[in-house]
Amino acid sequence: MEFFKGVNVDWMGKTKYFVSVSVILLVIGWVSVARNHWSLQYGIDFRGGTLVYVRFSGPPPIDKIRKGLADAGLGNSTIQQISDISNASSKNDVVIGLEQKTQGDESLDAGKQAIVDILQKTFGTDSSGKPDFNSASVSALAAYLTQKDPLALGTSAGDRYNQLAQRLIDARDKDHGGIVTNFDELKGADGATPAVLSVLSGGFSLGNFTIRNVEIVGPKVGAQLRTQAFRATMYALLGMLVYIAFRFEWVYGAAAVIAVFHDVLITLGFFSLFHYEISLTVIAALLTLVGYSMNDTIVIFDRVRENLRLMRRESFTEIVNKSINQTLSRTILTSGLTFLTVLVLYLMGGEVLRAFSFAMVVGVVVGTYSSFGIAAPIVVVWSKYTGGKGVAVRAGSAAEKRVVATARR
Amino acid sequence: MSSQLKWKFVFILVFVLLCIFGIVGMPDFPTSGAQVKQNLANRIKLGLDLKGGSHLVLQVQLQEAIGQRCDTTIDDLKRQLHDKNIGFGEIRRVDDTHILVRDVDPTTSGQLRDLVNNQFTDWIMSPAAGETNGYLMAMKASVVADVRKQTMDQALETITRRINGLGLTEPTIAFTGRGDDEILVQLPGEDDPTRAKAVIQAGGQLALQRVADDQPYPSEPAALAAHGGVLPPGTVIVSGKPDSSSSQAGEQVFWLLDRAPIITGQDLKGADPEPSTDSPGQYDVLFHLSSSAAARFGPFTAANIQHRMAIVLDHQVYSAPVIQSRIDDNGRITGNFSQDSARDLALVLRAGALPASIKYLEERTVGPSLGADSIREGVQASVGSLIVVMIFLVIYYRLSGVNAVVALILNLLILVAFMAYAGAVLTLPGIAGVVLTIGMGVDSNVLVFERIREELRSGKAPASAVDVGFSRAFLTIIDTHITTLVSAAFLFLFGTGPVKGFAITLTIGLLANLFTSIYVSRAIFDLHLSRMERQAALSI
Repeated sequence: MEFFKGVNVDWMGKTKYFVSVSVILLVIGWVSVARNHWSLQYGIDFRGGTLVYVRFSGPPPIDKIRKGLADAGLGNSTIQQISDISNASSKNDVVIGLEQKTQGDESLDAGKQAIVDILQKTFGTDSSGKPDFNSASVSALAAYLTQKDPLALGTSAGDRYNQLAQRLIDARDKDHGGIVTNFDELKGADGATPAVLSVLSGGFSLGNFTIRNVEIVGPKVGAQLRTQAFRATMYALLGMLVYIAFRFEWVYGAAAVIAVFHDVLITLGFFSLFHYEISLTVIAALLTLVGYSMNDTIVIFDRVRENLRLMRRESFTEIVNKSINQTLSRTILTSGLTFLTVLVLYLMGGEVLRAFSFAMVVGVVVGTYSSFGIAAPIVVVWSKYTGGKGVAVRAGSAAEKRVVATARR
Repeated sequence: MSSQLKWKFVFILVFVLLCIFGIVGMPDFPTSGAQVKQNLANRIKLGLDLKGGSHLVLQVQLQEAIGQRCDTTIDDLKRQLHDKNIGFGEIRRVDDTHILVRDVDPTTSGQLRDLVNNQFTDWIMSPAAGETNGYLMAMKASVVADVRKQTMDQALETITRRINGLGLTEPTIAFTGRGDDEILVQLPGEDDPTRAKAVIQAGGQLALQRVADDQPYPSEPAALAAHGGVLPPGTVIVSGKPDSSSSQAGEQVFWLLDRAPIITGQDLKGADPEPSTDSPGQYDVLFHLSSSAAARFGPFTAANIQHRMAIVLDHQVYSAPVIQSRIDDNGRITGNFSQDSARDLALVLRAGALPASIKYLEERTVGPSLGADSIREGVQASVGSLIVVMIFLVIYYRLSGVNAVVALILNLLILVAFMAYAGAVLTLPGIAGVVLTIGMGVDSNVLVFERIREELRSGKAPASAVDVGFSRAFLTIIDTHITTLVSAAFLFLFGTGPVKGFAITLTIGLLANLFTSIYVSRAIFDLHLSRMERQAALSI
């Protein structure tokens, strides 16, 4: 089976189509950035603030939460329901967010404490006053079980109630997503005899929420991370520019870097369009993209250089076209496979990685076509502008020696 | 099969076995599926985002330590100037690192300069601008840097001792490396860090000071008024902790105490919580003094019977009991403590006081249910992408596709084994790195196979096509790996925990890919070619 036998497309002739597609994509994305007052949506890593992720046992009572927060003076908090397409049990998840106030003497977690208190008051304890099993820690559970001794172990109990408590909590967290609505759901745990379960129901109530995740980032850390991310990106781009200038001519380097910038800009625009937040892992995705887009561009440039040596009679434009056609099979296959894998990651990888995998999905597509749609045309246009046949590799230069060595093999 | 090829395969087989052992463990060679899973769980270190736990970043308020140095210097300076009869108008602290001495008697200014140069070598003195007979002392920059470093080291030690006292599994306590005043604390498995945070942040400064007047005052001005509006030399006014036994009926009181403490936290040999003798259901903290401290404490208590002694914790008077008889080496802190607070206070006292206060900058906690979900989803995505890629390879490249699949599986095996051997931490972005390795790693095989197809098309024989394919593609494979590896390197340098995990798996995955797609794939091709008939076509 082979997709691309004997392809012969005039890529450079179609440049204007590629560029128009790029312009359209850029405009769509950045119109939405403009509508957001020209600012990108930063995640909590860069903005600072408090986020509390809560899971409820049933459909989340958002209005009740909102009222509870407003009553406690936290009316400016945001409540958002999460729906994670890869995880069915997340349909009752909610994230409560608080803006970062300038951190004076107030402790960092004051916001989180306030939210937890409100949740406890509204949904946690029932009228019986018994502690909530869904928020219980292993030590509290172990202490209670040791005291009640449902397995009649007496003084030989030793560590066994600690281990039993750990297994019960593991069952609650790993098998039931953190909330148990009925003590019978714990029957599957090793050692959870009916005696144990009835002792549990006697001493614990079952609250209908659990806190999945808390993130609190102070303003100082937020600013630090912004600087770090910016520096990492700049250094990486610089590193790549130097590498390509070393392997080819400087105009190839410039063309590659422009193509990469184009990729990042389109990706950021799409982020704004689809309302994804930019977090640290998203920066990681962007940097990976940069490397990946460079890859594609290098493969084409490599072929161009090889063909410059072999094809003495054709024009530069024809050489570039031929090079792209020759490497097309490999390019489409690789990008296609990488695209498939990050698509699987996007669909099945969970909410935490969603923004990351979205960046990769968009980036792989854009990064691939920018190699022959943006980078190659730039080099061709430059060669036409400087006149003569293509960007000749300087006679006697180190680069030429390498080309000769490669062609001879 | 040639002997060279045979050795190649022996080497590969040994390598694979090493990897498997790394992952599923030895000497207790597993015998059941559940035990394999257990071994795997033990050997792969999971990051906080997969295991659940807390991540805290604290900032040590180094300016406090520097300011304290400044204050001690001022006290010292005042005493010395009095002793040496050097006249001056006022000594004032300008900021944390500058002291202003005003209206110095011109006849003694030379002595002042000598004194500073000889005794106060941490400071540089120069005439103060805009002041006649005024001098400005500035703390040397090297001294400031020293104080900062010493304070950070001491804070790290103290916090480490306190956390170890909590008995948590494998905590991480280290400098973040981001600013020079930040400490990172990671508590795996601890998804409610409230108690740990309180223990870390507690000041822990204990002081036993003699009470100068035997009765407390309702306010600071009242205390001063009782002494003619002036603070008697060597004393200080300290407020009582509200709701403690030192306050009456919940009101704020103030005590006049001797400034110099008889006993400080450094004199303690141990501290333990004990049920309270006078308030049932509550707890006190009993502390024991070292023998050198006891040698001081005994005579002090003997000489002050029927007088009060204040127990001061973090600059607040917790209690001021009357000394009934001579005590040598122990004391009791009462303060209406619950069992938990008494236990934590004893822990803090045993670990020592913090040299400066702590502020929290970042707090992230991941509950175990989210961690378990993340693991499941990550593994789902990895397996899913692996299957998709495998199906495509076999369909598109037929038997050679199987070659690529073997290389891919070996690639992942090496990746996981390396993580296990090196104790590298696996995070959720790290699992994403595995998925990317699958997608990008296949590129190497594609490069080689496409080249082989090209050579076959131009008429070469299978063996020669394979040879040319691998050698032509070699440089390009290296090239395409380098740019991604450069990105990963920068991510590793600049990234935080989860991002570092991504950089690690991507890097190791791509490096392993170089080995499998070049060496192993080639070996499999050679094996196939050596078994093939002369005229048969290569299945690619």
